[in-house]
Amino acid sequence: MKRKRFTNAELNEAARHYDGPYKPYDLVKELCIAIVVVGALALLLTIFFSSPDEKPSTIASWSRQMPADFVTTATSELDGSSFSADYGPPYNNGTGAVQHEWFIHLQQWFGISHPLNAPLDFVIDPLRSIPGQPGLRSAIATYEAATPKMQSTWTTNYANAVAPPAGSKIPPAKVSGLRVIPVGGDYGPVALMMSSLLSLAQSGGLDGALLTSSQFYQTDYTKPLLLMADGGDLSARAQAENLLGDQWGMMNETGSYPGQVWLWLYTFWYQIAPFNSSANADLLVLTVMGAMSLAFILIPFLPIARDIPRWIPLHRVIWSEHYRSHES
Amino acid sequence: MSGGRNWTVRLREAGVRAMPPERLLPDGQPAYMSSWIYIFGVLTIAALVVIIFSGTILGLKGPAWWHYTGVGHFFNSIHLWAVELFFFFMVIHLWGKFFMASWRGGRARTWISGAISFLISIAAAFTGYVSQQNFDSQWIATQAKDGLNSTGIGAFFNVLNFGQMYTYHVLLLPVVVIALVSAHILLVRRSGIVPPLPLPELGLDATVSEHAGASTAESAA
Repeated sequence: MKRKRFTNAELNEAARHYDGPYKPYDLVKELCIAIVVVGALALLLTIFFSSPDEKPSTIASWSRQMPADFVTTATSELDGSSFSADYGPPYNNGTGAVQHEWFIHLQQWFGISHPLNAPLDFVIDPLRSIPGQPGLRSAIATYEAATPKMQSTWTTNYANAVAPPAGSKIPPAKVSGLRVIPVGGDYGPVALMMSSLLSLAQSGGLDGALLTSSQFYQTDYTKPLLLMADGGDLSARAQAENLLGDQWGMMNETGSYPGQVWLWLYTFWYQIAPFNSSANADLLVLTVMGAMSLAFILIPFLPIARDIPRWIPLHRVIWSEHYRSHES
Repeated sequence: MSGGRNWTVRLREAGVRAMPPERLLPDGQPAYMSSWIYIFGVLTIAALVVIIFSGTILGLKGPAWWHYTGVGHFFNSIHLWAVELFFFFMVIHLWGKFFMASWRGGRARTWISGAISFLISIAAAFTGYVSQQNFDSQWIATQAKDGLNSTGIGAFFNVLNFGQMYTYHVLLLPVVVIALVSAHILLVRRSGIVPPLPLPELGLDATVSEHAGASTAESAA
C-alpha cells in the first residue's frame, strides 16, 4: 500500500536489507584507475601551477628592513606593554589575551606551559649574551636598579621619540641606514640598550639567542615567533598577501593559490557580529565550531538535520535510474 | 597441527565471521549503485594514497629539502595539490552521502567514522601548513595560537613549536586518519552501501526488492 510519508524507524528498517539485483563490479580495478587519475590530476596541477614558498621572515631581516619598528617593539617588550608580555597563559601571568566564557576559564586552568618573561627573554638576557661591552653591562645594571617609575619614564620617552604619538610635537627619531637615532631626551640607559639590541638583531644574533635552551638541537620557535608577531613585519607582509583576519585570515594562502578553503566556516564567524567585536572572539568561535562539529558527527541522531535529505529530494536525482526501473 | 582453539585461531575465526572475504572484497554491487556521486569516495581514497606517497618522499629527505631543490619542490607541489583534491573529493562525497541519508539501516557508525575522518583531516592539513617552514607557516601559526590558547589546548598543542607540529603532521595525525578511513571502509563493506530512500509513490519495499529482468547477488558473483 502506498503512503505519503515514512517514519524514521520505517526508513531505517527498510535500509537494513537488500534483496534486489546486483551487478558485476571490480572494486580493486576502480581504485587503481582512481589512483592513476588523481595522480595525473595532481601532476598536471603541479606542472601548471607549482606551489608557493614565500621565504620566512627572520628577526635579522625584520630589524634591517624596519629598524624603527623593531626598537619600538623591543621597548614594549622591555616595559611589559607588548601583546606577548601581557598575554597570559600559556606564556605568563598577564591578562591581555585571556579569554573565558561565564565561569569557565579554560585558558587559565591549563596554566603556564611555555613560560615567557618578555623583558628578560627578549631584551635583557640577549643583551647579556653580548661579550665585552662594559658600557652596555653598566646600562643594564642601571636599568635594573632603577625604580619602576623611572624605568617607565625612560621607555615611554624612548618609544615616543622613535614613534611619536599622533598629534605629538616630539620630533621623530632619525633613521639613518640601519640605525635609529632619537632626538635628545631623557632615555636613561634605554637608548644604549636598544641600539645594542638592534645591532645584535641585525647581525642575526637575536634569532639564535631566542632559540637557545638547555640543549644543542632546537625545534621550538615559540619565543622568536612571539617577538616577531608583536612587531609590524609579519602583519605588513600578511596584509600585502591578503591574509589578515578581516581578509578571511589563515584560510588563504600566499600568492593566488587555494589555501585551507575548508576553514571557510571557521573564518566566516570572525567577519560577523558579535564575534568581530568580542574580546572573547576566539573562544566563542571555537565553541560554536565545536558544537557544530559535534552536530555534524551526530547528524544520524538529530531529528531535523537527518530529515533534510527527505525535504530536499536530491536522492531522486542520485537514484533516478533505480526509481525509473521500478516505475516501469 | 594442534586442534585446540588458541587465541590466534579465535581471532582469525572472529575476523572471518565479521568480515567474510566475499564481503570484504565483493565482485558485485547492488544494481542501484549507478550514479556519478559514488566515485567521490574512491577518489578521496586515491587522493589520500597520493598524499601519503608524496608525503613519504618529502619525509625521507627531511622538512627543509623542498625549499632548496627542484625535485623537492616538485614533490611538495604534488603533496599540496593532492591535499586540495582530497578535500574537494571528500566534501562532495560527504554532501552526497548526506543527501542519500546514508546513515539509515544501522549505518550511523559509518557516517560518524567518516565525519571524524573529515575533522581529523583538517587538523592533519593544518599541522602541515604550520610545518612548511616558510612565511605562510609563520603567519598561520602566530594567528592560530590565540584561538587554541583561548581554549587551553595551546598549553599542550603549541603551534609555534615546529618539532611538535612536524611530528603531529608526519606521524600522529596520519596514523589516526589512516585508521579512521580504514575503519570507515570496513564499515561500508560490512553494512553494504545504503539502499535508495523509498519514494512515497513506490512504497517501502519497492526500493529494496528484486524487480524483473535483473540478476541476483549470486548470479552477479
